[in-house]
Amino acid sequence: MKFKNTVVLGAAVAGLLATGYAVAQDQFIGLPSYRVGPYASGGSGIYGGWIDYMALVNERDGGVNGVKLTWEECETEYNNARGVECYERLKSKGASGNSVFQPLSTGITYSVLDRVAQDKIPMVTIGYGRTDAADGRVFPWVFPMITTYWSQNTAKIKFIGMKEGGMDKLKGKKIVNIYHDSAYGKETIPVLDVQAKKYGFNVIHIPVAHPGNEQQSQWLRVRQEKPDWVILRGWGVMNPTAIRTAARTGFPRDKIVGVWWSGAEEDTVPAGDAAKGYIAAGFNVAGANFPVIKDIQSNVYAKNKGNMEDKSRVGSVYYNRGVVHGIITVEAIRTAQEKYGKGKPLTGEQMRWGFENLRIDNARLKALGAEGFMPELKVTCEDHEGSGKVKFQQWDGTKWTVITDWIDGDKSIVRPMIEESAAAYAKEKGITPRDCSKES
Amino acid sequence: MLYREAGQFKASYQEDQQIFTIRQDRIGFWAILAVFFLAVPLLANSYWLQAILIPVLIFSLAAIGLNILTGYAGQLSLGSAAFMAVGAFGAYNFMLRIDGMPFLVGIVLGGLSAAAVGIVFGLPSLRIKGFYLAVATLAAQFFIVWALVKFPWFSNYSSSGVITAQRIEILGFAFDTPVTKYLLTLAIVCALALVAKNMVRSSTGRAWMAVRDMDVAAEVIGIRLLHTKLQAFAVSSFYCGVAGALYAYTYLGTVEPEGFNLDLSFKILFMIIIGGVGSMMGSFLGAAFIVLLPIFLNIAMHSTLGGAIPASFASNLELIIFGGLIIFFLIVEPHGLARLWQIGKEKMRLWPFPH
Amino acid sequence: MGFFFEVLIGGLLSGVLYALVALGFVLIYKASGVFNFAQGAMVFFAALTFVGFTEVLPGWTGLEGGGQAVFWLAFVLALASMVVLGILTEKVVLRPLVNQPPITLFMATIGLTFLIEGIAQGIWGANVRGLELGIDDEPIGWLMDSVNILVSKFDVFAALAAGILVVTLALLFQYTRVGRALRAVADDHQAALSIGIPLQHIWAIVWAVAGFVALVAGLIWGSRNGVQFALTFTALKALPVLILGGFTSVPGAIVGGLIIGSTEKLAEVYIGPFVGGGIESWFPYVLALAFLLFRPEGLFGEKHIDRV
Repeated sequence: MKFKNTVVLGAAVAGLLATGYAVAQDQFIGLPSYRVGPYASGGSGIYGGWIDYMALVNERDGGVNGVKLTWEECETEYNNARGVECYERLKSKGASGNSVFQPLSTGITYSVLDRVAQDKIPMVTIGYGRTDAADGRVFPWVFPMITTYWSQNTAKIKFIGMKEGGMDKLKGKKIVNIYHDSAYGKETIPVLDVQAKKYGFNVIHIPVAHPGNEQQSQWLRVRQEKPDWVILRGWGVMNPTAIRTAARTGFPRDKIVGVWWSGAEEDTVPAGDAAKGYIAAGFNVAGANFPVIKDIQSNVYAKNKGNMEDKSRVGSVYYNRGVVHGIITVEAIRTAQEKYGKGKPLTGEQMRWGFENLRIDNARLKALGAEGFMPELKVTCEDHEGSGKVKFQQWDGTKWTVITDWIDGDKSIVRPMIEESAAAYAKEKGITPRDCSKES
Repeated sequence: MLYREAGQFKASYQEDQQIFTIRQDRIGFWAILAVFFLAVPLLANSYWLQAILIPVLIFSLAAIGLNILTGYAGQLSLGSAAFMAVGAFGAYNFMLRIDGMPFLVGIVLGGLSAAAVGIVFGLPSLRIKGFYLAVATLAAQFFIVWALVKFPWFSNYSSSGVITAQRIEILGFAFDTPVTKYLLTLAIVCALALVAKNMVRSSTGRAWMAVRDMDVAAEVIGIRLLHTKLQAFAVSSFYCGVAGALYAYTYLGTVEPEGFNLDLSFKILFMIIIGGVGSMMGSFLGAAFIVLLPIFLNIAMHSTLGGAIPASFASNLELIIFGGLIIFFLIVEPHGLARLWQIGKEKMRLWPFPH
Repeated sequence: MGFFFEVLIGGLLSGVLYALVALGFVLIYKASGVFNFAQGAMVFFAALTFVGFTEVLPGWTGLEGGGQAVFWLAFVLALASMVVLGILTEKVVLRPLVNQPPITLFMATIGLTFLIEGIAQGIWGANVRGLELGIDDEPIGWLMDSVNILVSKFDVFAALAAGILVVTLALLFQYTRVGRALRAVADDHQAALSIGIPLQHIWAIVWAVAGFVALVAGLIWGSRNGVQFALTFTALKALPVLILGGFTSVPGAIVGGLIIGSTEKLAEVYIGPFVGGGIESWFPYVLALAFLLFRPEGLFGEKHIDRV
């Protein structure tokens, strides 16, 4: 008995020492994830892509300048309270604490927002989250990267204008905004109204009650209104239901433009043939032919370390979105290591600097094997968004094909709105905005 | 041997009517309070305070509220999360729009607004009973959440519909660290739990229990049904409202109406069922169980299985185990954890003798 | 005017779909007095099992994927799974809880919901899948051309399927031996036992039939919205139907469904714009609540008599 106890104790101590050693050299990334519940289908794709990219960096490159990446998932079930608990649990794990917190849920973003500054952990919300955090002077620790909802909305109107033959042709046209009746859905109403006034088109907002599995009356109303275009701002089951109901009421799907949370295979496949021609915006594109995806296949899946159980999903919209998350995280680590020293794990503050000075241009994207995969990114102290560009893809029945190049948002409309909202927040909280010229 | 009443005499009615009549109970209670007020803030780290203890306390308060309504007054309600939402948004609006509103008064006003809404949605209970009433309270749940999203006035015209709780300041002292927030929540919950315990021991509580057991007979002996039922709804919603306000102020910091959805109502109902319907102690035990179990399962999954099974399957396994444990608990002890506690205490009274 | 009829007919047909889910609730409540909140999860599980089988059967048996043989084989297998699930539920969850208050049974079924959701997505994965039943979701041509009223073929098909199901169930209850036994059990368990009706068998049959109803509902809803987790929310749509129709009445489920479906859509279109829209989430509940104030047991429900 005694001998057995000693052996067990010795093994435990050895194990602890080993993990301690391993921890000392690794960069820890906490992964709050949702793999159950109504949004698990998209979530599993995103986390799969993200984990696979980090595994790729570990396997193919041996980590970032020799620093391997480790991660730990924490189930949030897309619930705010669980998200807060995951944040607190992951906060101090790893050699230097959690590098970054990316909740993939706007609700959790808001719940954790006030804590990240105190705990010195940057929060990166790619394509969701608090839009006015793009003003980095008021929100130094929050990065709503690539593009925010307001930016993509203006890009959508630009796309519609493009299709109509010019922004001046928008005058007198009718656009219906079908939105999910929640805070997320309502967020683009103000920016649409501003653009309607500017370009002279008529916008009608029609809400769909959560969860959106019944849209009969909304689309019958659309049929009555006979709009030229419909903007779909949905989430979850609302999307395929919208597409099918549109088909049922005879509205042409190639005149429906969806937001990037309405533009994945999970939204079009259940709608079957009805989804042919449907257009959606995206800050990343689908496709398994990119060199980075091929690298993942050959370095990770070939060694059986891939995260996706269903390998056919590699290259889908959400999977590639996960890869984008991975790319941004790894490049930020690389950027921060340039300043703070290569070869050792970085603290949250150093990571924040890395995110704030992130530059991913086309040359770098090509080197990563992701040219055309995501837009160029240039984050600065004032502009935590970094890009504002989206591409538009169209569903042909089996896959998404890209139909435009990167379209920029309209910063002249969006930036003043962001600054106004951020200033109001700063006033309410008593925050003095940073002076970016004084920072390095 | 230790837990005996021998030698403890009561010399007045007041002594006989106290909550803890046995001296050991009293000592135990003060010891627990001392641990939670003094030891925990010194020893616990921010994770335990912010992610475990504060939510357990807040949910205990909501569970006490629902226990008053469902456990003591017998009116099944599935709308508790909506009343929490009313409390949270009510407190926020009172603190926002009235300059210099003290925090505690703001919370009480939030609770009172929840009580008012509770009375309105409790009116159908005069005609409807049982499961029909439960489904009718769902009307409250959905309507309130819809109203809070639809009318931007409630969230002060923020584009995202989210309210950010203001700083908590009482008499100039700011409560913004995890320890101070924890102590404030603990104090409020203890005070309100004491009030609830006394309420259910009084004639009010007896009227509720009479209505629960057989409302026709209660009416016959002179208990005013309208008054009693609406009182139960009002008090229960007040407690849920205060819990909701604390949820916004000391726990999450920002809340949106969709966060107070049907899932949360079910969670609170689980807490009182697992904890023990009609028991104050049960509210605390049930809240602790329901808050801790998913987290414990998640940590256990990660540490035991790690990378052995795919993460999706691990999360689904957590859900399976959670559902299975709930069913197991209901089969094994349908009266809840409070009954287990009671059995434990009875065994303690005989210990070390078997009978 | 045409628009009004479109909305009305669309609402009535939607209501039939709600009634389809409500039927499962009614069957189980009628026979065993349990309010089975897990019905929504069962609908999801049924649809997911069916789609899962259609995906794996070609690999197992070599049959042509997407063909009729695979469809019907998958249907049979899914039905068998639902029957097994129903019988297991009755044995493992409900029998140990036989004399507990209804609230405990209700909570047990909510726990069961988590269990079934976890098992369903654990086995078949979280992918969203489409479900094609072969009926196009398009407007009926001649109706569109003649009176410009839009009615979807699929909706009519679903309503017919639900109608046939209800009629079959009603006939089953009324004219067969098993049906009489079911009604006896619903009336009074003790009395039924005393005259020799095998209670366990009857409960197993009821859960199996409820499983079949869940499968049909799952196929139709899954075809409409895609087979994904959100199918569990159909249960929430069925609850106001149950209140209106009464928990224990099969025709009540249909009537309730028709009323809820039509009023919900009409309210959304005509009253909605005045209050900002999106009232579909609470309108059926408030309507049912108002209704209950006049008839506390629903339209066809059993009157509850309190004896002191």
